[in-house]
Amino acid sequence: MPINYYIFLSVALFCIGVAGVLTRRNAIIVFMCIELMLNAVNLLLVAFSKMHHAAIADANAGINGQVFVFFIMVVAAAEVSVGLAIIVMVFRKTHSVDVNFLNRLKH
Amino acid sequence: MSATQVLFWFLSVLAIFSAIMMVASKNPIHSVLWLIIVFFAISGHYVLLNAQFLAIVNLIVYAGAIMVLFLFVIMLMNLNADTEPQKNKWLKMAGVIAGGALLLVFVAALKNADLKNQLVQTNSGEIGLINNLGLSLFHDYVVPFEVSSVLFLSAMVGAVVIAKKND
Repeated sequence: MPINYYIFLSVALFCIGVAGVLTRRNAIIVFMCIELMLNAVNLLLVAFSKMHHAAIADANAGINGQVFVFFIMVVAAAEVSVGLAIIVMVFRKTHSVDVNFLNRLKH
Repeated sequence: MSATQVLFWFLSVLAIFSAIMMVASKNPIHSVLWLIIVFFAISGHYVLLNAQFLAIVNLIVYAGAIMVLFLFVIMLMNLNADTEPQKNKWLKMAGVIAGGALLLVFVAALKNADLKNQLVQTNSGEIGLINNLGLSLFHDYVVPFEVSSVLFLSAMVGAVVIAKKND
């Protein structure tokens, strides 16, 4: 598989995520679109690691990319737990998950 | 067209279609279910790239844990298509145009890049197996691994403190 197919697939998924962040007002959906963008980047990192592995004769070439994807998943899991806790707290205060209510944080 | 290519195109179309449906569907629960399909398609891509460990971790962590957390929160808040806040249609159109313009910029920038001969190795290669990844993780990346455990602990404490009822 040539690398540019993977690049275009990841770019398409990333741009769908960006369009979702810009078009939706539900904070949870915005958060899910951010997860989609993270996954597009992960897919591209794995594809590049396999490309590097195919190009270089070393048996362990490209393994760093996959370890990096593993750490991105770890950080994403921590981020989701804290982010959803914040959304639950906002819902408890304002009875809504509309991001437009968040433009006046001090109230 | 070999089986790998057929699977690649099938999974790509499935991922992009599900992602568009995720952004477009009015009901938040449908959005979560479409996003789970996207994650399954991306896991299929990992299997195709012989990154088996990441495929399983993606399924367990993303499709299993994170999306169930999203589903629980949405059901806890009793969100549905009726309570869904909507942007007005000009703002929606502006968002879609902005995303499309970003796509256009990326495609225009990468279209002529000399990448045709850079092949991605599918169905072979040992680096994605848990044996090699584990060796690398516990030899070269021990310190980041331990630091990530501290990160998880702080995230857990933070989530409990933030979500706690304080009055």
